[in-house]
Amino acid sequence: MSGFSFARLKAVFFKEFVQMRRDRLTFAMLIGMPVMQLLLFGYAINNDPRHMPAAVEIREDGVFARSFLAGLSQSSYFDIVARTTSEAEGERLMRSGRAAFLIVIPEGFERRLVRGERPQILISADATDPVASGGAVSAVQEIARRAFARDLEGPLARLAPSPAPFEIIVHRRYNPAGITAYNIVPGLLGVILTMTLTMITSIALTREIERGTMETLLATPLRPEEIMIGKTAPYILVGAIQVALVVTAAMTLFRIPFSGSAPIFVLAVTLFVFTNLMLGYLISTVARSQMQAMQMTFFVFLPSMLLSGFMFPFRAMPAWAQGIGEALPITHFLRMVRELMLKGAGAADIWDDLWPLAIILAALSAAALLRFRRTLD
Amino acid sequence: MSGDLVIDVRGLTKRFGALTAVDDLALNVPKGAIYGFLGPNGSGKTTTIRMVCGLLKPDAGEGRVLGHNVLTESAAIKARVGYMTQRFSLYEDMSIRENLEFIARLYELGDIDGRVERSLEQLGLASRAAQLAGKLSGGWKQRLALAACMIHEPELLLLDEPTAGVDPKARRDFWDQIRKFSEDGVTTLVSTHYMDEAVQCDYIAYIAFGKKLLDSPTREIAARVGLHAWRVAGPDLGALAHALEAAPGVDFVARFGVELHVVGADEAALARAVESVRARPGVTIERIPAGLEEAFISLMARAPEAVR
Repeated sequence: MSGFSFARLKAVFFKEFVQMRRDRLTFAMLIGMPVMQLLLFGYAINNDPRHMPAAVEIREDGVFARSFLAGLSQSSYFDIVARTTSEAEGERLMRSGRAAFLIVIPEGFERRLVRGERPQILISADATDPVASGGAVSAVQEIARRAFARDLEGPLARLAPSPAPFEIIVHRRYNPAGITAYNIVPGLLGVILTMTLTMITSIALTREIERGTMETLLATPLRPEEIMIGKTAPYILVGAIQVALVVTAAMTLFRIPFSGSAPIFVLAVTLFVFTNLMLGYLISTVARSQMQAMQMTFFVFLPSMLLSGFMFPFRAMPAWAQGIGEALPITHFLRMVRELMLKGAGAADIWDDLWPLAIILAALSAAALLRFRRTLD
Repeated sequence: MSGDLVIDVRGLTKRFGALTAVDDLALNVPKGAIYGFLGPNGSGKTTTIRMVCGLLKPDAGEGRVLGHNVLTESAAIKARVGYMTQRFSLYEDMSIRENLEFIARLYELGDIDGRVERSLEQLGLASRAAQLAGKLSGGWKQRLALAACMIHEPELLLLDEPTAGVDPKARRDFWDQIRKFSEDGVTTLVSTHYMDEAVQCDYIAYIAFGKKLLDSPTREIAARVGLHAWRVAGPDLGALAHALEAAPGVDFVARFGVELHVVGADEAALARAVESVRARPGVTIERIPAGLEEAFISLMARAPEAVR
């Protein structure tokens, strides 16, 4: 029995590069997908939307109503796209989607305000997209308070809402401006690495089997671990290119600060790259065809996008979903990257996520080697 | 184990679910021989070859290949065996040279450049070395596959229907090459469908439904099968064939161009059957030695009962 051979591993390693060079489309995908995702997520997606179209249904015009509407426009959360006096028209604007908000100022608003009867202003929000309406709704209270404070002077000053006896100061740490890209772009690094690397290695073996070349490989003295390392190692370099791309873009295009420890960052990324490659390779040992491998990777993608804390807040999920999330490599990676890039964390801070990732990697590698069929049975 | 036997296995059995693909098969292949492996599609030829080179684990059986235990020493066997698959199984997106270099590296051979160069020369691939394998025609692909499985100078060649889909000229060149290897002492086990290839083999094993029905030196096969044959020629061969097929003593009638070969195991009954059509106008009959072709047609016709 011959033992592990570095020469054979090298042969497989370079063979993969030759094939990668010939397969332009795959290579384009490996580099193009990160760029595309980065631009789309970084520039196009915003969780705190402004300039939402709003319609105003004014049943009775007056000074207070006008200054309230001016306040809404100035807040930049609302663009007043239509004014109407009819209830039916207001309803129609909402249902057709031309307005995401309908602000109703009722009859007798001014009169009742002056009398101190606490009249109501109704704001209907299109909650079919709660994220879109959330920021604007929470801004309204403050807009109203300020708008009315200015007009309620002299004898009306008693109607002005009295300030609370205490003050709440919200300090948005690590991302004072609440910029969505700060949250998304580092997370995107995890998503890009998961999608491309898992997908590419998931077809590593199935492609050999489908093309019949696996039979050739198995008829030679190649050993399973040589095939595994030889076929996955080239993609470590691909992963490194992707990381360089995303981090450069994050810092130059989106001006995301990098405040943590660079060597620890490299360590975390390397561990995560290995984990994804092994995850893909494990899929490759289970799947019977390239098509099946692709389908299986989607079973990894979906929870990775949804349950990892990339798209939706992790802490808001029920316990079972958090449990699934904890088993996903990307969950731990996201936390580490955000801590490293935005919070200036060091090794001690990310330890809690480093060791689970290492365990996941070890488990995946062991499973992949066990699953590998040395024969054609 | 006999020192001269390169393949010496007994009782090889392989099941896939309920199907027994290979059933209690023995093979004795002497050094330097070209051993033909014949049988209909799905008879277990590929499965047997894969078991011999360690690609499939036999469910039962024992024996040695190149002196190594076929069950436990597949790594040692793989290093000394060249296996050419039925379907082209090199990298279509790599050039001829890249493919050969890759395979040579897997066997950790010294002087890879020189070896690849010699192999390209020997098999006439030098002028196309930079071409992608996927762009080659069937005959060239087959040459490349042969070059790849010979690159580590194996002592045993396993060829699984190597000439399927290859034109006659390329087939002839291919067999000349195999002859040359054989003269250099390389042992070859080759499966085929073609009779003209079978006659080139020194030995032939015939298998059907996973069982070996015949195993003999090629020149003795007709005698072993115990067949007698007559040539019958004349006008209206169709009617003649019908009449003969119906006659007792005739196992089968095979049409060769403008004549019929009438074959049977019972010499006397066969002679009577042929005599019965002699009187027809224009008909000539002649006793001929039964050939390999007749032997295999007969084997194939009998195979289902023989297995039961």
